Amino acid sequence: CQHKTALSSRRVAAAVVSARTYADFTTEATFEIKKCDIHKLDEAPATQVVMTREEGLQYYRTMQTIRRMELKADQLYKQKIIRGFCHLYDGQEACAVGIEAGINLTDHLITAYRAHGYTYTRGGTVKEIMAELTGRRGGIAKGKGGSMHMYTKHFYGGNGIVGAQVPLGAGVALACKYLGNNELCVSLYGDGAANQGQIFETYNMAALWKLPAIFICENNRYGMGTSVERAAASTDYYKRGDFIPGLRVDGMDVLCVREATKFAADHCRSGKGPMLMELQTYRYHGHSMSDPGVSYRTREEIQEVRGKSDPISMLKDRMLSNNMASIEELKEIDVAVRKEIEDAAQFATTDPEPPLEELCNHIFYNNPALEVRGTNPWTKLKSVS
Amino acid sequence: MRPTQKMNLFQSVTSALDNTLASDPTAVIFGEDVAFGGVFRCTVGLRDKYGKDRVFNTPLCEQGIVGFGIGAAVAGATAIAEIQFADYIYPAFDQIVNEAAKYRYRSGNLFDCGNLTIRAPWGCVGHGSLYHSQSPEAFFAHCPGIKVVIPRSPVQAKGLLLACIADQNPCIFFEPKILYRAAVEQVPVEPYTIPLSQAEILQEGSDVTLVAWGTQIHVMREVANMAQEKLGVSCELIDLQTILPWDTETVCKSVVKTGRLLISHEAPITGGFAAEISSTVQEECFLNLEAPISRVCGYDTPFPHIFEPFYIPDKWKCFEAIKKMINY
Repeated sequence: CQHKTALSSRRVAAAVVSARTYADFTTEATFEIKKCDIHKLDEAPATQVVMTREEGLQYYRTMQTIRRMELKADQLYKQKIIRGFCHLYDGQEACAVGIEAGINLTDHLITAYRAHGYTYTRGGTVKEIMAELTGRRGGIAKGKGGSMHMYTKHFYGGNGIVGAQVPLGAGVALACKYLGNNELCVSLYGDGAANQGQIFETYNMAALWKLPAIFICENNRYGMGTSVERAAASTDYYKRGDFIPGLRVDGMDVLCVREATKFAADHCRSGKGPMLMELQTYRYHGHSMSDPGVSYRTREEIQEVRGKSDPISMLKDRMLSNNMASIEELKEIDVAVRKEIEDAAQFATTDPEPPLEELCNHIFYNNPALEVRGTNPWTKLKSVS
Repeated sequence: MRPTQKMNLFQSVTSALDNTLASDPTAVIFGEDVAFGGVFRCTVGLRDKYGKDRVFNTPLCEQGIVGFGIGAAVAGATAIAEIQFADYIYPAFDQIVNEAAKYRYRSGNLFDCGNLTIRAPWGCVGHGSLYHSQSPEAFFAHCPGIKVVIPRSPVQAKGLLLACIADQNPCIFFEPKILYRAAVEQVPVEPYTIPLSQAEILQEGSDVTLVAWGTQIHVMREVANMAQEKLGVSCELIDLQTILPWDTETVCKSVVKTGRLLISHEAPITGGFAAEISSTVQEECFLNLEAPISRVCGYDTPFPHIFEPFYIPDKWKCFEAIKKMINY
């Protein structure tokens, strides 16, 4: 009871503090961001950018949600509640959040398997994402996809085969151009995938047909365990589109990513054709949950990035030092996020698994239902679409 | 008795590769992450022992890896390419089917890439889901010009891999990933080969012929025991080992004797390799058949995420099939 009173009085105090100083917060501030390196462009994105208090809080909350969600997934994986493959996104939050801030929800996006962050920014809920990780019926793909196969409207996944998503993204961009809806498609891939042949085929098609496609290479310095120096003849990933103009962007700074994405989006929407962006970012976890992440890089390196370039800390410092929010306010957001994640994890652990009938559903789109041959001649399941 | 050492499947693969690099100065091993030892530890220690120009990493480009391997093989190197998971082999499908398989034929025996061997981890592993569990042997069985081989155990793996490397045809060697650590045997340290295109009869029987390969052999062994105990049915168990070209003689001879055939594999049933075996056997042994040939395979769905235990052709499904055949 004593505890409760203390807690509630603290909360009251916090509320009072917030209410009192709400009017004193700066509503917007200008920030100086790093200049992007450019390739086959005459000008670069702006280096003086404005961020409002609302934007800041939203970015903060979104990045914190992704961060906590990934850490929760790590925990659940170690408890064997999530099984299979799990590729975590913590450290790279500024990329997903910054990109989404530079485009509209009606634009399209496709990425590879490190997709939990994008599933969230593209409209998925934490509950659906976590239930998909645990393979339950409440999952965003009905529990049938798992970590690597999550989708939302205008988000095409969630793809396991490295590089295969990029030509797909160009196809979506073609559809946008064809339908004349002023939408574009963002196709993401990693530094490892940048060496796949189909990426170069895609560059050619996109440039030839001036597709509204933004190709983004999330360069987190390691393709699984191979550092970029050991995998690529040229590590200037933003230049590898050759005839496609490119930008190299600080992927740990959400404002940098946002400005670059806006710049690229304007370029595409004006009919000038595709654009390539390289986001220099970092992942704290290993490639997947089966990779400790320290056999090919030092713990010191990870600590250094965490200490100096963490995207959430950077945003927090910016907001606090410009009086755009108070520590209490941000702490409240942290608490709310933690609760959301806990609830989602609870749901993901208790929701039932999909029914056996789901095994054969949606193989084809068919009418009437298809009989699926099973493991022996007399077992047939119905496939419904 | 030749000296043996206790090895699991990935160690037996390492041993085979070690023997090859030692005896053949033109042998090179390449693929994604092979330098540090490979994601399944199959190439541990080889780079340190034989040098970085013989064991090296490629970038992430399967089509490039196989194409490059074909070129190296044509030029005379014993090229051993690793595809990190059989699920990723499809970008290289064109290179394998259109280039590697047809090289000798189209050049009138002037050129060939017989020195090429492609290794890939294969099959379900319990949590692999759509893209880390596939068994694509049926896709390649349809391609004359290449050989497709799948071992069931460490001793088989080493012998068959060395046979593939020695064979003057491009070979694809699928390694059951679930057995990498789980299967342990006393494996001869010195090199040895097991002949390709020869099926092995593991257990003789008189009532039902069971044909399988890779991991499924172990399931079938249990099934054979169950059939003996519970039904008094004597099963003849055959490990096909080489999928292409497959040993039709051994299988047909066995079916002539028993009159019943059960083929089982993890890959989906439609167009799976069991269909080819079934078709050939009914051609050769029609009048000897006591019951329709039974196939117990995976469902015609993508390899599922959460439904794996229902999807795989486990011993109960095979046992049911035997019961039905006996009572036909």
